[in-house]
Amino acid sequence: QENAAPQKAASLLRKQWSLYSVTPLYRFSGARLGEYARLLGASIAAEKQKGLAVGVGVDLDVAVTFRSLPELRGGQRDQPAMLVQLSSRSSVSSKSSNEKLVWSGCFCCVSGEDFSENVPEDFTCLPLFLANGAENYTAMVGSWFQKTFDCHFCRLSISPLNLSWMAAMWTGCSVEKNACATELIFSVPCLPQPLDISYAIHPEDAKALWDTVQKTPGEITQEEVDLFMDCLYSHFHRHFKIHLSATKLVKVSTAIASAHCKGTIKFLQSRHLLGVLMLLTELAISQIQ
Amino acid sequence: HLATSLPLPSERDHLRPRIDLIAFMIDIKSKYSLKNVEASLAHVDASFFLGKVCFLVTGVGRVNYCSVETNAVWKLRDIYCSPVLYCELELEGVRVATAQRLLRMLQICAGHIPGVSALSFGSLLRNSEDE
Repeated sequence: QENAAPQKAASLLRKQWSLYSVTPLYRFSGARLGEYARLLGASIAAEKQKGLAVGVGVDLDVAVTFRSLPELRGGQRDQPAMLVQLSSRSSVSSKSSNEKLVWSGCFCCVSGEDFSENVPEDFTCLPLFLANGAENYTAMVGSWFQKTFDCHFCRLSISPLNLSWMAAMWTGCSVEKNACATELIFSVPCLPQPLDISYAIHPEDAKALWDTVQKTPGEITQEEVDLFMDCLYSHFHRHFKIHLSATKLVKVSTAIASAHCKGTIKFLQSRHLLGVLMLLTELAISQIQ
Repeated sequence: HLATSLPLPSERDHLRPRIDLIAFMIDIKSKYSLKNVEASLAHVDASFFLGKVCFLVTGVGRVNYCSVETNAVWKLRDIYCSPVLYCELELEGVRVATAQRLLRMLQICAGHIPGVSALSFGSLLRNSEDE
């Protein structure tokens, strides 16, 4: 598996991304990125002409770039990832030194061959979409893509079951010194006022627990994930007399990445970027199917 | 009669009417409810598993709130040879339909429907699920 993440892909780190699943794109071509950038730019400028109310702080005088990130994929059979960026131009001059990045979107497919190979000829599979920036830009870019490539975007939320997989998998990855704690956040249902419980575990303790649970390195089973979580829950119950298993796991944060059930992710280490993207691609594909 | 777990308190044993059907409720949003049901099952007499037990799984409408794996529920269904009903309590129509199904099952388990026994009905339900 490729673990290298050159400079371009490193721009994905430490930003909060909203997750979407995207159905296959019809008649998309990786060779026409410059043309797409011009068309999208024109579409956004047209929105400005229409004078639609777009909200405070959203500047429609933007420069659009489309870039291919060929290193961001699981293997040669995956479509290379594509990064779309909107930068606002200063009103005084259009020199690129005055441009500020205001929105980024990344389409990718990591180890999605089973899905992409079963799709008809003219379709390109980039099922996972990550968006960072104002919601209004996301909506404009999304609707341009939907019109141009006849695809459909859908918000990707992450269930507590999948979050617990992430907690187990990411805890199992090797930890450097001074790594941050593994933190799990639970939301307690059926209360008049919302209550969140935060459970922080020292990363070495968490890894030690996971190491006793996992039988085969490189393989994880549902039973192992359940056992790992049950150990954490009983430990908590012993001390606080609260059954975390009756609450909803809403957020998982480790040194590798941090994920929230409403469908947001933050990548924290470039070494594990592809691994996390592979997991998210799988979630996106199962939402599409 | 509703109970949060089994066994039922023994003080009221002599006042309790005959139990015809036990429906174990599992909330798919709560791992705790599954564990609770698993612990309670140990207190049920084996004779009940001849068609007088069913599992009622709630909360299935919200896929993204899922804390209980579907396989875990199917394992219970297979181990205890009892059918699984799915219900979304928040939707009135589904609630009413499920209540009617349970009532029908109860009538059969109590012996009120001539010609149909709890055991034959239970195996009928399980076979139709497998298809």
